[in-house]
Amino acid sequence: MKYNILIGGSAGQGMDTWAVLLEKIIKRKGYYVFSNKDYMSRIRGGHNFIQIRFGTEPISSHDPKLDIIVALDKNTIDFHTERLQENGVIICDQAIEIEDKRVLALPLKELAKELGNPKVTGTICMGVVLKLFGMNFDRVEEVFEEKFEKETTELNFKAFQEGYEYAQQQFHIEKGGEDQHILINSNQAIALGALAGGVGFFAGYPMTPFTSIMTYMSEKQEDAKMVVEQVEDEIAAINMAIGTSYAGVRSMTGTSGGGFSLMTEALGLAGIMENPLVVANIQRPGPATGLPTRTEQSDLSFILTASHGEIPRMVLAVRHAEDAFYQTVRALNLADKYQMLVIILGDQYLSDATETIKPYDFSKVTIERHIAGKESFKDGEYKRYQPTEDGLSPRIIPGKHRGQIVLTDSDEHNEYGHITESAEVRTAMMDKRMKRMDALKEELIEPDYFGVDHPENLLIGWGSMYGPLKEAVALLQEEGISVGTLVFGDIYPLPTKLLEKYSTTAKQILNVEQNYTGQLAKLIRQETGIHCSKSILKYDGRQMCSHEIYSRVKGEVL
Amino acid sequence: MLDVKMYDSKDEIAWCPGCGNFSILPALKQALAELELEPHEVVVASGIGQAAKMPHYITVNGFNGLHGRAVPPATGIKIANKDLNVIIHSGDGDTYGEGGNHLIHGIRRNVNIAHFVHQNQIYGLTKGQGSPTTTKGQKTTMQFDGVRMDQLRPLALAVSLDCSFVARSFSGDKEHLVSIMKQAITHKGYALVDILQPCVIFNHVNTYKWYKENSYYLDESYDPTDKVAAFQKALEWEEGVPLGVIYKNEKPTYIDGVPYLNEGPPLVDRKWDPKEAEKFMEDFR
Repeated sequence: MKYNILIGGSAGQGMDTWAVLLEKIIKRKGYYVFSNKDYMSRIRGGHNFIQIRFGTEPISSHDPKLDIIVALDKNTIDFHTERLQENGVIICDQAIEIEDKRVLALPLKELAKELGNPKVTGTICMGVVLKLFGMNFDRVEEVFEEKFEKETTELNFKAFQEGYEYAQQQFHIEKGGEDQHILINSNQAIALGALAGGVGFFAGYPMTPFTSIMTYMSEKQEDAKMVVEQVEDEIAAINMAIGTSYAGVRSMTGTSGGGFSLMTEALGLAGIMENPLVVANIQRPGPATGLPTRTEQSDLSFILTASHGEIPRMVLAVRHAEDAFYQTVRALNLADKYQMLVIILGDQYLSDATETIKPYDFSKVTIERHIAGKESFKDGEYKRYQPTEDGLSPRIIPGKHRGQIVLTDSDEHNEYGHITESAEVRTAMMDKRMKRMDALKEELIEPDYFGVDHPENLLIGWGSMYGPLKEAVALLQEEGISVGTLVFGDIYPLPTKLLEKYSTTAKQILNVEQNYTGQLAKLIRQETGIHCSKSILKYDGRQMCSHEIYSRVKGEVL
Repeated sequence: MLDVKMYDSKDEIAWCPGCGNFSILPALKQALAELELEPHEVVVASGIGQAAKMPHYITVNGFNGLHGRAVPPATGIKIANKDLNVIIHSGDGDTYGEGGNHLIHGIRRNVNIAHFVHQNQIYGLTKGQGSPTTTKGQKTTMQFDGVRMDQLRPLALAVSLDCSFVARSFSGDKEHLVSIMKQAITHKGYALVDILQPCVIFNHVNTYKWYKENSYYLDESYDPTDKVAAFQKALEWEEGVPLGVIYKNEKPTYIDGVPYLNEGPPLVDRKWDPKEAEKFMEDFR
């Protein structure tokens, strides 16, 4: 059992606030929830909407079919009614003129006015929605109490009750289970992972859709006794984080789009200095300013070689909110272990997609710093770039050992960190830096696989395509189609075992990506020689849903 | 006082014979020795340029970063470990050109670091192009008909931003330079020092002789705490280049403004267990 509610209106109508409350109430009633946002890059006006999908089974992506539309303006009805089910309901103010038997027109504005605050329109609608589903008042008041002061709670609860009285039950739904979940989006999960993983310093510059990572960490910085610094630009952000990392603090930065482009020179700095660094790039459609509030997976090809010269790097894409937390912790540990750059890729879809998942297990989280001590200078003098078999030199914290100094350089350097142009030293240092990739390859995580054991049709995707692909495969399998999907989290170095296994029997390999050039397919071809026979691509800034993949696979491929 | 030899580096110096940088290096060693700061207690951070090679020529912790980007890592290093004495050495191109934005916000952030600008009014490493402080109209290896832009007044910019310590010295006067360096290093807050330093190869206008003849020392009657007077002083150039502490404003530093950094141990010594973050998960219940 799954239902889908759309709440639409213009920016500035406060939808965000009460949609979050509604999600929370449904979640507390023991249902699985998945919500996503579609909004324009403006503060007032335009058309924005939020879709809340809920049910008694786990949900991993959004769905086009709607059961309820809460329309705070006429646009919402015009744009979305097409997707409303036959027995669906449109909730709107009675002033909106519309002919549709599914309309439930209410004196929303009037009621809100009577209650003394026009802002409670949304809360009235919330009451209507709960009544339509026949849900009771349980957990409603507590959610309001957590959000508002006493007076506002009372006002909202009253508004909620008003709305509740105005409707009749329409849908007969199964009862929810016991609420054992958390409700979180991937940006919050990255931030929580960074806090758990012991990030001591985070620098950034606000940029949609990355910003909420930094906002959450900033809110917690005092409590966690770490520092979040909003800097003058992304160049400062990454250079500052490299400085704190050099000085021994676990450090991270993050950005989106153009901000990442600005950081590229310093990616190489982290590389040549062998300073651990984690950079989160929450993708949005480019180029240049592109579509600031929308989604795309178009930074992969760029990220694989971003920065001039050659450096060791790891790229991993978060696939959902559970993955985002653990992968962030892992990224931090790997950055320290290999003294290198690890880039986390997210995107707008995941950054605004809230899902119910099982709570994170903090006892599984470890902080592995790999900081060396006195043994690293037992011969007398510490050398930051001391040659070793695996290319990793012991790393000490500057200032902590009397008589020892740590010298690091963006120029090619010798074992002491001094500038050199020696051909031999250059070669040795390049080998030293790149060699760590061999060890890293041994601890890659293979992609997730869903589908039949020997699929004739293999769909390949990465990052946020996880949910849509997983559900699309289920839809195709229902029709007896031989299909499976591999969804990559670790992307570079590319894990190849499962890819090789499933591609040998597959008759068709299709890459499903949210970009124009099929960037994962290119990488796969480059690393393994495996060709994807067809591509399902989308680059309009809106996330593909399972139904879209399903119909495109059937229409364009089978 | 410590032995200045303690800071000697074995690295081969790549500066041109006669370069003003040769006087700045011993002055820095002298200042550190007099302040009794041991090599492990100091970090010299730099960008790219001739001045920016300083971390290699002195034995203290060193961070030789990217062109124009000395300020952000230096800021980060101090935030990470407030016990370290962080000093930036970079040139006028690095600081006032490529890194201009970081200078502005570094001053605003007021992290306790000393920033020594080797000011030779020309680009040295790239062989003689105009810098933000090259005199307007001066011919260079790039501006064949003369520099078209106005000469930047960096210290006026700093005073206008209420930089907590603003001074100028001259590489040709070691005693003055050591004294200014010591004041800047011990000053609590962002301390910007413009050090006049002739480029004997590429700047044939602003020579040792020119700086000597065109500069003068601020005397005891000058009050560096008067911001308006300091701004006027910082604008002076053609009529004589003032040397000394131009502006001083003791105000809370960045770290003073973050109570747990100010009162607690340095950030690098923060103890943290992942379990401590578990309480944050309650936000999502």
